[in-house]
Amino acid sequence: MASVPSSSSLVAAGTVAARPAPPKVLRRMKVRRSTWLGVGLVTLYLSVIVLIPLAAVIWHAAELGPAAIWRVVSSPDTRAALQLSLMASVVVAAINAVVGTITAWVLVRDSFPGKTIVNALIDLPFALPTIVAGLTLLALYGPNGPFGVNLAYTRAAVMVALLFVTLPFVVRSVQPVLIELEQDVEEAASALGARGFTVFRRVVLPSLLPAIISGAGLSFARAIGEFGSVVLISGNIPFKTQIAPVRIFALVESGDSAGAAALAVVLLLISLGVLLALAFVQRWGRRGDEEE
Amino acid sequence: MRRSRSGPAALGAGGSRAGKYGLRTIALSYLALILVLPVGMVFYRTFENGLQPVLQALVDPLTLHALYLTVAIAAIAVPLNTLFGVFCALLMVRRRFLGKSILSVLIDLPFAVSPVVVGLSLVLVYGRTGWLGGWLAENGVRVIFAWPSMVLATIFVSLPFVVREVVPVLQEIGVDQDQAAHTLGATPWQTFWRVTLPAIRSGVTYGVILTTARALGEFGAVSVVSGKIAGRTSTLTVHVEERFQQFDLVGAYTSSLLLAVIALVIVLSMTVLRSKEVGA
Amino acid sequence: MRMRIGALALALAAVAALATLVAGAGAGSTVVLVSYSTPREAYAELIPAFQQTDAGVGVAFSESYGSSGEQSRAVDAGLPADVVTFSLTPDMTRLVEAGLVDKTWDQNEFDGFVTKSVVVLVVREGNPMGIIGWADLTKPGVEVIEPNPFTSGGAKWNIMAAYGAQLKQGKTEEQARTYLADLFKNVPVQDKSAREALQTFIGGKGDVLLSYENEAIAAQQAGEAVDYVVPAETILIENPLAVTVDAGASGPAKALYDYLYTPEAQAIFVSKGYRPVVEGVTGADQFSTPTKLFTIADLGGWGTVNKDFFDPSGSVMATIEQGLGISTQQ
Repeated sequence: MASVPSSSSLVAAGTVAARPAPPKVLRRMKVRRSTWLGVGLVTLYLSVIVLIPLAAVIWHAAELGPAAIWRVVSSPDTRAALQLSLMASVVVAAINAVVGTITAWVLVRDSFPGKTIVNALIDLPFALPTIVAGLTLLALYGPNGPFGVNLAYTRAAVMVALLFVTLPFVVRSVQPVLIELEQDVEEAASALGARGFTVFRRVVLPSLLPAIISGAGLSFARAIGEFGSVVLISGNIPFKTQIAPVRIFALVESGDSAGAAALAVVLLLISLGVLLALAFVQRWGRRGDEEE
Repeated sequence: MRRSRSGPAALGAGGSRAGKYGLRTIALSYLALILVLPVGMVFYRTFENGLQPVLQALVDPLTLHALYLTVAIAAIAVPLNTLFGVFCALLMVRRRFLGKSILSVLIDLPFAVSPVVVGLSLVLVYGRTGWLGGWLAENGVRVIFAWPSMVLATIFVSLPFVVREVVPVLQEIGVDQDQAAHTLGATPWQTFWRVTLPAIRSGVTYGVILTTARALGEFGAVSVVSGKIAGRTSTLTVHVEERFQQFDLVGAYTSSLLLAVIALVIVLSMTVLRSKEVGA
Repeated sequence: MRMRIGALALALAAVAALATLVAGAGAGSTVVLVSYSTPREAYAELIPAFQQTDAGVGVAFSESYGSSGEQSRAVDAGLPADVVTFSLTPDMTRLVEAGLVDKTWDQNEFDGFVTKSVVVLVVREGNPMGIIGWADLTKPGVEVIEPNPFTSGGAKWNIMAAYGAQLKQGKTEEQARTYLADLFKNVPVQDKSAREALQTFIGGKGDVLLSYENEAIAAQQAGEAVDYVVPAETILIENPLAVTVDAGASGPAKALYDYLYTPEAQAIFVSKGYRPVVEGVTGADQFSTPTKLFTIADLGGWGTVNKDFFDPSGSVMATIEQGLGISTQQ
């Protein structure tokens, strides 16, 4: 069998167990070699694209020395910016978790004219440049907006901008799971007399929870780093509406790129923590389904 | 693949009429406020002064070049991330190795990194005083402030989507079909193309859609590493900002509209493709 | 089958894109101009005009515009540049320290500056609130738009104008700092950059905008309904210009540099709202001369000013911003 590393050979090798097993040593060696080759390739790609650049940021921050890093990160402006970013991102993630699930539910289980179009629109926040998001939100909910609602330059404005850019995450996480969900248990429960919301809470929600949490986590991570749309509508007032990424930008502008790197590392660690926690939640959610 | 039935019966056994309409109202009003209205605003603002200024803005050489650059960069970033995504998903779902969770988190990293930081990181590596900058400059290789760094930035921010979309699907379908194909004598290549890939089709499709949308819409990181050389390294997003700065709101909105239209076309065509294949 | 076609299409698209990008990247010999954002309209006329002259025939140009600090850092990070021009001197000094611009850049007869401007008070058309000077800005109920000095290099001009004006009015340094604090109490929005602040003002927010004269004129020329007041005391903004070390002391880059100081080029700058550095340029009389004009040198030079006023920790502005935060937090 060819040992050319391609996904197809991996696929094929993954089915080795189904055939009469070749000598045990040979089989394990074959699996291990192509697997590790695959892991190597993946790591190479990740390194070039993501890991090496991020390592450069961490290194640049580390050059400052721990005391200076602490001073930059704990300065009152930075703390306020971090607090605002964190608070806004948590709130946005929570809102997304609820409304995103409802939206996914409606898109999968309901049927109304124009559903295809609505479904297609969900991904637009990714495609629109963030400055456009900021501009249009400002046009709608700012001083000259048609609704008489003026959120501009407030914390609410920050959240509306963040809600826009994080909209797809929970919806697109929950949708595939919902599509695959078997409805027998729901029907059984309802036949036994359980009401709609109880059925949802006891039967459906547990299956959706990992997807919801995953989507909410991603929306948190995205929100905490979001820059372009928020900065336009938030007014960028230090201590009131200045978010952490803009603080990073300010540090770069002031010539303190190492300080900017330090704050960037802090933001990264926070997001990383959230993602790691999510990975554990997902594992725990999967434990019942299949072997690892 | 099991599909859910749509329609009132499928809303969830026991769901009341009021409940169904209530949910629909919540979802649609939220979408209207947060999504549809802003996007509609883009359309409205673009054509506010009539068709003529829009057409003028569209045929402007700067806009056309920005359009070409945006599409070219996406045309490189999306296939690369798709290839990586499918390969990586197969590896993670079907193989056993140490550090799988770590790999999973690393793949999600791009979601967590702010565009400002992405730009900074690429400058720190490829810039004049960066890790590779000196060597690159000596050998006349232009990475930073040229299209290669813009491609790198775009790949960075759109990296996780295909993996994330394909992994759950792969986990769902298992290996039975592949095993069956194998015992029937299919080569690994045939198994992949004829059995595996069609089975993960919906995951790949959604992954490609999201990757493309993200690649088109990236602004912050690309703006920093592009050097903003007019007519050379401006993508549509950078062009939008520049037009806005020059008081040319029609130009800014026209380019935004272009982006939205491209994204919509991609999404709609892939959705149509997908639903046709799943079976009417 | 469809998947195979799809994959093939993706692969072909990638290869085609790669091919066009690689082919297009082979730039001929062009002169690269890296500039801050506001003179874009001016250079749109200046470069074609230069190409009509003997020295400029056949010279191709690439231009890059962005915020002054960003552009300066980009050149520092490796953005190729032959001619550089910025909004304020520290952005040029950065390149001198990096060895990219010769330290004699400011030793021509104009001290290295190619255009000038002044800080003005931009108001709504017709000046409905009757703003005439700095004192009007601290009155209760007046909203002043001013960009954040930590993200906008240009915002620093505004603040030093306000500060210096107080000194010119006879106040002490302490009183001048108090004025700044009072001024910022009236600032509801601090945009990231000067241009964004202008857009915010045009969008309807605020009563007065602190900006430069050439920005206000640019807005007026773009049809926006704004007027501006030149206060009696204000700072002279001087914009530096230089040829980089890489471009060489002779050659087309230097030719452009020399051209920009000719009366013809300075007249084009004037038509876009900049004050000329050369004497006797047509149209220069449209600019009023503030009675008490001062420069950054009068305030100690950018080195001192940056440290005392704009250091992210412990400077005058940092303290003021923190003071705002404490008073507005619940």
